[in-house]
Amino acid sequence: MKWNDSVFYIYEEVSSFEEFIVQSTQDTKMHGQPRKPLKPETAESIAKATELANIQSQLLFNHQNKIYDKQALNISSRLLEINPEIYTAWNYRKLAVQSLLQSLTDSDSIKPILDEELKVVESALRRNPKCYGAWHHRRWVLSKGFSSINNEFLLLDKLLKLDSRNFHGWNYRRFVAALKNVPAEEELRFTTEKINANFSNYSAWHNRCTLLSNLLQAKAQRFFPREKVLMEEYDLIHQAIFTDPDDQSGWFYYLWLLDETVIPEAPFLISSFPAPGSTLHLFTNSIMEGDLPLILYFNQPVGGVNSSTITVNSELSICDPIWKPISANKSGRAQAWVTYLKIPNMNSYVSKLYLVEVVIGHVAGIVSSNSFHYRYPSQFKFSLHSQDLSVDSDEKCDGAVVVWKDENFVIEGDVIKNINSSGVSFEAVEINKEHQTMVSNWSIGAIENEINLFRELVAEIDCKIGKLTLARLLMALDELMVLFNDRRRHSNEIMELYNELIKLDPVHSRYYMDERSLLIIDQVTSSRESMVQHCSFYKGSKPMSFSSSICLRLSKLSLTRIGFVERLLWIQMLDLSHNELRSIEGLEAMQLLARLNLSNNKIRSFTALEPLRLIKSLRVLDISYNEIGLHSIDTTRYLCSTPLSQSTEADRKLEEYVNDDIKASDSWEAIWIFGDLCLTQLDVEGNAIDGERFGKLVVKAIPTLKWLDGMCVR
Amino acid sequence: MGELEIDKHVQYILDVEKKRDFESLLMEHIRMNGAYWGLTTLYLLGKLEKVDQDAVVEWMMKCQHDCGGFGGSIGHDPHVLYTLSAVQVLVLFNKLDMLDAEKVSNYIASLQNEDGSFAGDIWGEIDTRFSYCAICCLALLHRLDKINVEKAVNYIVSCKNLDGGFGCTPGGESHAGQIFCCVGALAITGSLHYVDKDRLGWWLCERQVKSGGLNGRPEKLPDVCYSWWVLSSLIIIDRVHWIDKDKLTKFILNCQDRENGGISDRPDDAVDVFHTYFGVAGLSLLEYPEVKPIDPAYALPVDVVNRIFFGK
Repeated sequence: MKWNDSVFYIYEEVSSFEEFIVQSTQDTKMHGQPRKPLKPETAESIAKATELANIQSQLLFNHQNKIYDKQALNISSRLLEINPEIYTAWNYRKLAVQSLLQSLTDSDSIKPILDEELKVVESALRRNPKCYGAWHHRRWVLSKGFSSINNEFLLLDKLLKLDSRNFHGWNYRRFVAALKNVPAEEELRFTTEKINANFSNYSAWHNRCTLLSNLLQAKAQRFFPREKVLMEEYDLIHQAIFTDPDDQSGWFYYLWLLDETVIPEAPFLISSFPAPGSTLHLFTNSIMEGDLPLILYFNQPVGGVNSSTITVNSELSICDPIWKPISANKSGRAQAWVTYLKIPNMNSYVSKLYLVEVVIGHVAGIVSSNSFHYRYPSQFKFSLHSQDLSVDSDEKCDGAVVVWKDENFVIEGDVIKNINSSGVSFEAVEINKEHQTMVSNWSIGAIENEINLFRELVAEIDCKIGKLTLARLLMALDELMVLFNDRRRHSNEIMELYNELIKLDPVHSRYYMDERSLLIIDQVTSSRESMVQHCSFYKGSKPMSFSSSICLRLSKLSLTRIGFVERLLWIQMLDLSHNELRSIEGLEAMQLLARLNLSNNKIRSFTALEPLRLIKSLRVLDISYNEIGLHSIDTTRYLCSTPLSQSTEADRKLEEYVNDDIKASDSWEAIWIFGDLCLTQLDVEGNAIDGERFGKLVVKAIPTLKWLDGMCVR
Repeated sequence: MGELEIDKHVQYILDVEKKRDFESLLMEHIRMNGAYWGLTTLYLLGKLEKVDQDAVVEWMMKCQHDCGGFGGSIGHDPHVLYTLSAVQVLVLFNKLDMLDAEKVSNYIASLQNEDGSFAGDIWGEIDTRFSYCAICCLALLHRLDKINVEKAVNYIVSCKNLDGGFGCTPGGESHAGQIFCCVGALAITGSLHYVDKDRLGWWLCERQVKSGGLNGRPEKLPDVCYSWWVLSSLIIIDRVHWIDKDKLTKFILNCQDRENGGISDRPDDAVDVFHTYFGVAGLSLLEYPEVKPIDPAYALPVDVVNRIFFGK
């Protein structure tokens, strides 16, 4: 880390500023000292050490006694020359300057004092151009307003020419540019110069990205229309990437450009439960009996979803609080929002149809984390059909043990019919039509053009960034086309690219597998036909006649992560077993989920189950045969709301659980997660946890639990 | 590749403390950091008992100023960098009661600016490193309510870049060390929803170079210290599987001085206590056997952090 780099800087004479900076550009000054055999100390080295010890203690003495005479000041500059990292010496000089300036008012006498400081800083930067203390001292002097800012630009030109990546230099440049009110366009021109001199300059691309993004957002003159500006940027970045595809300098800039091209600024709704235009059949034994969740799913996290921005027209009443973000964080923003419709008691044996109309965004207030407003008011309708099937109460799903065996799942012809009555729709969401206008033909044209260029690059050379970019471009195009109701996919081509990347760049293979996993879920869920192939009826216990017995079975698909949850909002039973899942992030939006099989995956800790805490409908959970307890480092420790992250509401009386067997610090994760679940059935065998101890704890933590690893516990 | 030379590293750390040559003098002003690096390494290697804790604490308390802050060494000015190290060492020793926590917290709170940022000391240098130091320190002292956490978080978020990383100040270039500070502070304050985990995760995992080591910025050389900065950040956002852990383990082990102990930035370079700590801490994050687990946000052993937040 740079603030400590300087610690290992070794004193040696160098003949010039240039030579010094050239050395440090290779990052070899503070680091990279060759290992030498231990030598006995020589008289010379002892003398050097003695001198340093002497001036250090003199400096501290002068500092303590507030001695600021010429000799004392010389000692401090001598010390900073040898070791610019001694921050107390910089503080001492600031105090000395303050004391010297105290009686002075005219700039003629003030300026020489400050000029002397600039000299001391310059000599320190010669020693170490990455010295935090020296740079701050310079800012401190400049802020006094007596020094020439132009000189600073000259110094910076020299410095950045010798080490174009010195981030202290770039930070200082931003500082002086702000002092002098240099327009952003001028600084942008400087990055163009730097990039043209050598495109392998991440610092310049970074600064360009920041400046341009601000200019575009402000719709500054000459930076409008944005399409024209972005096209020029594509030309610039092509030169970098196509000249040396392995050089990372332009990779992230390209990703930003891609975002700018395809991501509409304003948030919009991408799905809902019940889906627009759908009919949902309600039965008495349903998990939905009582309160029916109404879920809105946006393309990005939004805030401001409430009863004034969303109107629900229906004879059904809505529970309080009216809208809740489905998210554990305290930002008040989420991609998915839920409210509950009160379904009247259905014991009347009369079927009844309720119409519900949802109006979104007719009043401003829904806003993204980047402060963009929901711009296109829209509305949709769905209907609820309540029926009574006279099922005995003991057949309710809560009572029976669920056994996730293949023979308990059957595929029947009327799966489709049942899916249709589950409040789901596979048509392009009507509400998207309004958003077509947000995606211009320009975006599609630009992406298609990029796709052609990268196809050529990939055909020419076997490079990872070419393949990865092509895969990302194709993904982006497919997503754009969905808005136009064009469901042709490039899945096979993208899949092939990721498979090649896994071989080409094995170090990052798990990254590509995660990307591939999203693609697999996309493929499975993108159409009714493919989804139906993965749905079957659960017939484990007595037959049940509701969509709750439809199970989406996504097992054995090599999934490593979850995505496209917005298409799964209606699912009540989900089988994700026999995959390679480490994370179930995103699953929390599935507010109807009652039974979940995560067995035989790679879940590493209880904290990874955090999303389940938000699914109040969950009753049956199988996490057997995972890796819980096997790892000493918990990678979801901070993605879970706990006292470690100051993000828990009240104290969850850990002491209640603590006894001779159970230590709070060992078991807090389990108590934290399971204390919020209302499970009736839990399977955890096949993890590296002490079954007996855990059993006692979990039975206490979950008062509703009836079955643990197949054993009746209540 | 071979094994981790635990005994030699322990001896190296114990010896470093006694050295008084030129190089050690150059580091005199950050001895407090050195104490934290060395002692945490000893703890992770299960050898903390080799140190005379009372002597260390006695020396440390001499570095505290009337304002409550600690200097890097006796006679050096107080600064948040050394105040955090002092608190971390006392936590490590389970001797927080030696401290007037109220006074230390007031010192730290006094460094917060109106925009939520933190100065390192009275001289006003602003950097997200200091935000991390302040937040970590106050959380360990259970006194985060002394500052405006919301503003502190907003300032860190204002330093977020379009590549997913974070810089020293708004507009500053992403750097792995800075990313650790920002992501760590956001983790401690339950604010990780501000992080674009996939974007940042890709940036961080691309820090792994052919040799298996990690660099701190694109197109730079690998360095053992980034085993900590990059790995801890990747772990906090649950993306550490995107790098090749075995190759990184080998790289760190190859940077050991097998004769005299200690770990260097790159193979065959000179060792120091800073890289020795980050090498061992990196191995801990890689779940290397015989090294105790370390917490990626508080940079202290997991059992020590659990003790602070969950009691016994």
